[in-house]
Amino acid sequence: MWGFDEVYDKVVFGGVLVQVWIPVMALGAIGVGCGALLAVAARFLAVQEDPRVAQATELLPGLNCGACGYAGCADYAKAIVQEGAAVNQCKPGASETVAALAAFMGVEASASDRQVAVVLCGGDAGKAKRKCLYNGVADCADAMLAGGGDKACLYGCIGLGTCARVCPVSAIEVKDQLAVVHPGLCMGCGQCVAACPRDLIKLVPADRHIHILCSSQDKGPAVKKVCTVGCIGCTLCFKTVEGKGIQMKGPLAVVDYEVALDNEQIIEKCPMKTIAARPAAGTKTA
Amino acid sequence: MKAYIFLVLSAVLVNNFVLTRFLGICPFLGVSRELRTALGMSCAVIFVMTSASAVTWLLQHYVLEHWGIEYLQTIAFILVIATFVQFVELVLKKTSPGLHKALGIYLPLITTNCAVLGVAVLNIREGYTFGKTVVFGFGAALGFGLALVIFTGLRERIERADPPKAFRGTAIGLVTAGLLSLAFMGFAGLVKM
Repeated sequence: MWGFDEVYDKVVFGGVLVQVWIPVMALGAIGVGCGALLAVAARFLAVQEDPRVAQATELLPGLNCGACGYAGCADYAKAIVQEGAAVNQCKPGASETVAALAAFMGVEASASDRQVAVVLCGGDAGKAKRKCLYNGVADCADAMLAGGGDKACLYGCIGLGTCARVCPVSAIEVKDQLAVVHPGLCMGCGQCVAACPRDLIKLVPADRHIHILCSSQDKGPAVKKVCTVGCIGCTLCFKTVEGKGIQMKGPLAVVDYEVALDNEQIIEKCPMKTIAARPAAGTKTA
Repeated sequence: MKAYIFLVLSAVLVNNFVLTRFLGICPFLGVSRELRTALGMSCAVIFVMTSASAVTWLLQHYVLEHWGIEYLQTIAFILVIATFVQFVELVLKKTSPGLHKALGIYLPLITTNCAVLGVAVLNIREGYTFGKTVVFGFGAALGFGLALVIFTGLRERIERADPPKAFRGTAIGLVTAGLLSLAFMGFAGLVKM
C-alpha cells in the first residue's frame, strides 16, 4: 500500500494531522493566553479573605439548613466573623457548636435553649374513636379538606404523616395513626409546626419532658365519648402543681413550658392518663 | 464620522439588542429590580462587549481566517468573552464588593449572555472594519444599558403600584417589556443602514 515516506508526508505535512493539530494548537494557545492573563490579573486584584471565616465555617455542622436565619453555614460564619452575629443561632449544632464558636471568637456563650417539637395528642388508633372510614389522599392537609380525617375528636392528630414527610431529619414517626416526635433526632427547625393543619405541634425547650398530650377544647363528657386519653379538665394536675407550670385554658390543661416542670406525680394522678413523660432530649442530637 | 454616528444610533435605538433583537433577556429581567444594580450591570456589559468585540475581531482576522479554522469561531469567542467576564468579576470584587454581591450570579452569566456573543458574531457577519467593530460593540452595550435602565425604572414603579397577585414579579415584567419593545418600534426606519 503506502510506503513509509508517503505515510510520513501524509500525516505530518498533508491534510490529516494539520487539520487536527493546527486548531488544537490555536485553541490551546488562546486558552493558555487567556489563562495567563487572568492569573496575572488575579495576582494584582486579589482580595484578602479573612481566614477566620473559613475556620468558623469548619466549626459549624455543614447542614446548610438555614435555621440560623442565614443563607447556609458559610454565610453564617461570615456574619459571625465580620458582622459580630450572635454565636448561638445554630440549631442543629446545639450547645457544642455554640461553645466552640464562642471559644473561637472569644465571646461569652449563652446557648439559646435547644428546642424540640412535640405533638400534643395522645390518641392513637387504639385510644381514639373513629367516626368514619377515611379512604382519601393519605395527607393530613387533604384530609382536613374532606371533613378532617376519620378520628371522632375534631382536635386530634389525623395521623396521615404530613409532618413526618416535611421533617428534614426524619424525626417524626407515625405509629397507629398518631405522630410522635423523637426528641433525640429533632433539631427544632419548626417545619412540622407549620405543616400540621390542626396546629398540634409545638416547639418547646429540649429539657421539658412532661407533656399533656391533648389539645381538645371539648368539655369532659364530650372528650370521654371520643377518646380514652383525652383531657377532661378535671384540674387535678393543675391543683397538684399549685398552678406553677400548668395553666387551665377552659376545659384543657396546658403545660406552661416557660416553667421547668418536673413533678412526675401528675402523671399518675391524671385519671385519663393524658400526661406522659417523653425522655428528655439531651443536649446533642442522637 | 457620519457612519459611526449612524452605527451607534442604529445599535442603540433602531435595532436595540434587547428590545428589537431580543438578545440578553436574562439579565434584562434578572437585574432590573434596583437602579443601582442595573447601572452597575450596564457598565460591566459595556466593558465586556466593547473589549470582546475588539479582541474577537482581531482573533477572527489574524488567527481563525489565517489558519482556515473559522469553524472554531464560537468556541474561541466564548473563551475570550469568558476571560473578560472573569476579569470584570475580579475588578468588581476588589473595587466594589457591595455591587459584586448585589449582581450575584448575573455577573458570570454575562459569559453566556447571547447579546455579547451576538454582537461579536454580528460584527464578523456584517464585515465591519476594526473601528466600526469597536464602535458597534460599544453602541450595542449602550443600547442594552439604556433598555435595562428604562425597564428598571418602570419596574420599580410597578412594584409600588401593587399589581394583582397573579401578575406580580416576572409576569407583569414581561408584559411591560413587550410594551416597551413595541414603543421602540417607533424608531424603525430612523436610520437607513
